[in-house]
Amino acid sequence: MRRGYVTGPVLGVLWALVAATTLSVVLSFATGDAYRPGLAGSVLAGALAGLLATGAGNRWLVAGLTVGMAFALGFVWAPVIVEPAPDPLWRLVVAVALGLGLAWPLMAMLAGMPRGALTRHEFEEAVIRFLTAFGYVFFTAIVAIPFYVMVMTSLKSQQELLANPLDFSLEPGRGWELFRSYRELFADFGFGRYMWTSFYVSVLTVFITLLFSVPGAYAVARLRFRGRAALSRSILLIYMVPMIVLALPIYIAFSMTGLRNSIAGIVMIYPVTTIPVALYMLQGYFRGIPGEVEEAGLMDGLNRLQVIWKITLPLSLPALASVSLYVFMIAWNEFLLAFMLLDDPAKFTLTRGVTMLNSSEIPRQHLMAGAVIATLPVMVLFLGLEKFMTRGLTAGSVKG
Amino acid sequence: MTSMQPPAGPGPLMRREARLAWGLLLPTILSVSLVVVLPLLAVFWISFKPVRLADLRAPVPVVKETLRGRPEAPGDPAMLEYRLRNSSRDKVIRDVVLEDVLPEGLAITELDPRCSLEGRVLRCVFGDIEGGFRDRLRMPVELEQAFFDSGVRLKDSPVTVSGRSENVLTNGEFTLDNFRRVFDGRQFWGVLGVTVFYTVFGTLGALVLGLFSAMLLNRSFRGQGILRGLYLFPYVSPVIAVAFTWVTLFDPFSGSANALLIRMGVTQAPINFFGQKPLALIMVTVFEIWRYFPLSFLFILARMQSIDEDMYEAADMDGASPFQKFRYLSLPMLMGILSVLFLLRFIWTFNKFDDIFLLTGGNAGTRTLTVNVYEQAFAVSNIGAGAAVAVVIFGCLILFSILFFRYASREEGL
Repeated sequence: MRRGYVTGPVLGVLWALVAATTLSVVLSFATGDAYRPGLAGSVLAGALAGLLATGAGNRWLVAGLTVGMAFALGFVWAPVIVEPAPDPLWRLVVAVALGLGLAWPLMAMLAGMPRGALTRHEFEEAVIRFLTAFGYVFFTAIVAIPFYVMVMTSLKSQQELLANPLDFSLEPGRGWELFRSYRELFADFGFGRYMWTSFYVSVLTVFITLLFSVPGAYAVARLRFRGRAALSRSILLIYMVPMIVLALPIYIAFSMTGLRNSIAGIVMIYPVTTIPVALYMLQGYFRGIPGEVEEAGLMDGLNRLQVIWKITLPLSLPALASVSLYVFMIAWNEFLLAFMLLDDPAKFTLTRGVTMLNSSEIPRQHLMAGAVIATLPVMVLFLGLEKFMTRGLTAGSVKG
Repeated sequence: MTSMQPPAGPGPLMRREARLAWGLLLPTILSVSLVVVLPLLAVFWISFKPVRLADLRAPVPVVKETLRGRPEAPGDPAMLEYRLRNSSRDKVIRDVVLEDVLPEGLAITELDPRCSLEGRVLRCVFGDIEGGFRDRLRMPVELEQAFFDSGVRLKDSPVTVSGRSENVLTNGEFTLDNFRRVFDGRQFWGVLGVTVFYTVFGTLGALVLGLFSAMLLNRSFRGQGILRGLYLFPYVSPVIAVAFTWVTLFDPFSGSANALLIRMGVTQAPINFFGQKPLALIMVTVFEIWRYFPLSFLFILARMQSIDEDMYEAADMDGASPFQKFRYLSLPMLMGILSVLFLLRFIWTFNKFDDIFLLTGGNAGTRTLTVNVYEQAFAVSNIGAGAAVAVVIFGCLILFSILFFRYASREEGL
């Protein structure tokens, strides 16, 4: 096994299967025709490309040869099959795509590997490079495909979807008609209002959470008192209580007090689910601020509350940003409580509104458009402020 | 001369600090205990009570007042009618009393024996009324010109009915039926089995994928930031959006996944991914792994980046192969975060409700304990049984958290 001329083709075959499958799926989703990987063609193309790439010097030569081979194989045992057989030009395009998809990564994996006997080091390096390349393709595919389907489905019409569920190609000629589902959601289903409700509920949640958790976190992080250790443990314990267990009595209590079906009830309950998380994240950060700065403030005659307001908070602005973002995300995404406590369409939050679309009478593209509307703001926030977000996620050890 | 010993016990400064600390924590403690501790106690209480969804509304006497006979002028014959019923079908309401203020110019000619009139206040005593009780109280009245002149309507003076009813939630009736129901035979073990499968494989899968993806991104190259952001998408998007997307994607009739598999020749007939045993359970577990691998990935990556490079250089000098470096260097360094993640994810996966609820609604053999809470409480509308399941969950959780604090709190400063 540990010989270049064996390892190379074996990895080549494995990679060819990955590449052919990837290309088939991509082409299927892009054109709506059914492409599929051909086993014989892939094995042959992979073995040859692997042999070519092992210890190769000139990468252009390898790439050119692989493309040529993929094109030639297309007439006998095509690595990527589509029926009916495409015209020669398209065949060439597919062959070039496959050839490059084969040759380039294989060069990266195998070029440094000698053709003869391999040391353990060289062999494992090659295997790891294969696994790395496979990993990139795999993870990108599993993450990208659902989101791609979500966005594209929301732009189709019901007939198109039923006629060919694979066809995600768009006709740009339809112009604004593409966004019909979105327009209908905003015009007829009141999604504008749901969005606004979700927005202000989330913002209020952030404010109330900070109001409660900043003093609490400061006390746990900085002040000495009996029961501090027990307290910070019980914060973690609260993380572990499942929401559905709490939702049941909350539902009962809200039913009996008339808070069910009111935004006020939601605004009361959301912060409590986020306060422990926020408190936990913030106390970690507060511990990291040097105590001397605060002591200097105390010496200069500030009292504790002034110290928190004038020294600690300004120093922990980045942490506050992370916590706020994270809490906003939790509140925006929250589904269970909104689902159980809100029945009146006039008071729905966005997530509750999307749940309403999940019925057999409402076409799928509306549901997907609703999903996009719910996802987009979080994504924009997340991509724009990724650094804060990632830090917040790791710092809080984070509720799932 | 005073002795030069340090003061015993906490000094005034320290006490002041402790007071301040509790003061700062008070709002949090109050609100959290109101919404977490109190409900937990309530769940225990309810789990021993025979409560059904309909019992949440206490039975009330309902009354409707009408003037019959369409009187148009003074002297027209008319009837004052009160229709009284019990809102509950099976619960007694005690000491029901009806009170109404009669408008000017309306005089009752023949008083019902249950009623008495004091000035303009009519008072009728019904005593205890059974569940499903309905009665009509009709009294002939005489109308004078003043009634028509004033233009008042009967609705302007609302009727009040009072009565005492027992609320199942607060009375002294207890039962073990809920627990008997929950532990009833095979169903419970089925649910428990599903929960264990979902939790164990969901946790392990997310951990393995997280480790894999963290190793991919633990190097700097162009586009690393973009990929990292992309890989976090499943975790940061709202659960309803991604769950419905999966349902759409794997729909047996119009789903793209099935279309792709059929066209590729993998299967002949469409597969009902979320509708058949045991595939549905596997699919919800895969969904759980897909949604939560980013979380593990983030933590493991953060830990990896803090590992000292020197160690790997030393290993290189000693001729360690890449797999050996992973096995003997990286893995032991990551063991701490991996075990903490395992415990945390285990608990959270065990607690997970929304994902399965949205994907299958707990059908096709995917009913976990948490879904069972909802199922019992709302689908079967037996709140008591739902609470009993919740108590079982809570018991498991206490067990987990003991394990957690015994094994994990030393690691990673969690």
